[in-house]
Amino acid sequence: MAEQVYYENVNVGDEIPKLVKNCSTQQLVMWAAGAGDFYQIHYDKDFALALGTLPGIIVHGALKHAFLGQMLHDWIGEKGQIKTYGCQYRGMDVPGQEITCRGVITNKLQEGGQNLVELDIWTEIPSGDKTTPGKATVILPSR
Amino acid sequence: MTESSLADELRTVMGKESEPLIIEVDKTAIRMFARAVGHTDLVFYDEEYAKSKGHRSIICPPGFVGHAIHTPQKPSGIIGSSVTQMPEIKAQFRGVLNGGTEFEYYGEDICAGDILKGVSKVADLRERAGALGQMLFVVTETNYTNQNGKLVATQRGTAIMY
Repeated sequence: MAEQVYYENVNVGDEIPKLVKNCSTQQLVMWAAGAGDFYQIHYDKDFALALGTLPGIIVHGALKHAFLGQMLHDWIGEKGQIKTYGCQYRGMDVPGQEITCRGVITNKLQEGGQNLVELDIWTEIPSGDKTTPGKATVILPSR
Repeated sequence: MTESSLADELRTVMGKESEPLIIEVDKTAIRMFARAVGHTDLVFYDEEYAKSKGHRSIICPPGFVGHAIHTPQKPSGIIGSSVTQMPEIKAQFRGVLNGGTEFEYYGEDICAGDILKGVSKVADLRERAGALGQMLFVVTETNYTNQNGKLVATQRGTAIMY
């Protein structure tokens, strides 16, 4: 785990550490079981192609949401807390292609005794398209 | 389908609360979920380690609460009723897309051994013409309280029916 990050040490415009993923079909099967989502478009290529609208097997949206959660969890350290986080599923991701989770700080404020940090978060594919844009608010400790 | 008729019809379901869903937060399920994501923090895997960090047991990774739970008692096999699972509504659309997911947490640990109660309601309904023709956006909000009656998480999910 990375060193603890503190409210005083982050600034608007800072980018947080990236998290790079590249899903194997095996990982999608693990997610299907872990999340209880057995829709065949995520592991059965024939089924996915037969729909006529998909490029083949696609990555679960909720898995990309969970990746963004991992990025935040790993960044805020054990004294930080995720207050809100969410994303929209705008673009499809496919297995075997890099999915880079990124975040940029958009605001800092102290409210109700909490040090809040707001971020834009997203997943990005090699073309630069943001397939899963979202927002988060985390609570960071003070030094 | 005439414009907005469906949304008007559906407004009657707005705000109606679901039966409570009981979610037993369990170590095996947490570990499977954390492994599938690729989490490396031992707070999601090792109880002694989690306790050494001040938690009651291993904790739930972000996004864990709210995952589908199977029951043979529901036709869809999934606990959690929403507009998107109502057969009369489903029949009017070709498919459903997952539009987005949002969580709010309230600073309370959610740990293995906790028993959560989830209550869902339709929080928003919008009809919109888009790339896939007439689409219906359904926002379902679920509040989760723990065994001590504390609100621990709120989930907002957007389903896009087309």
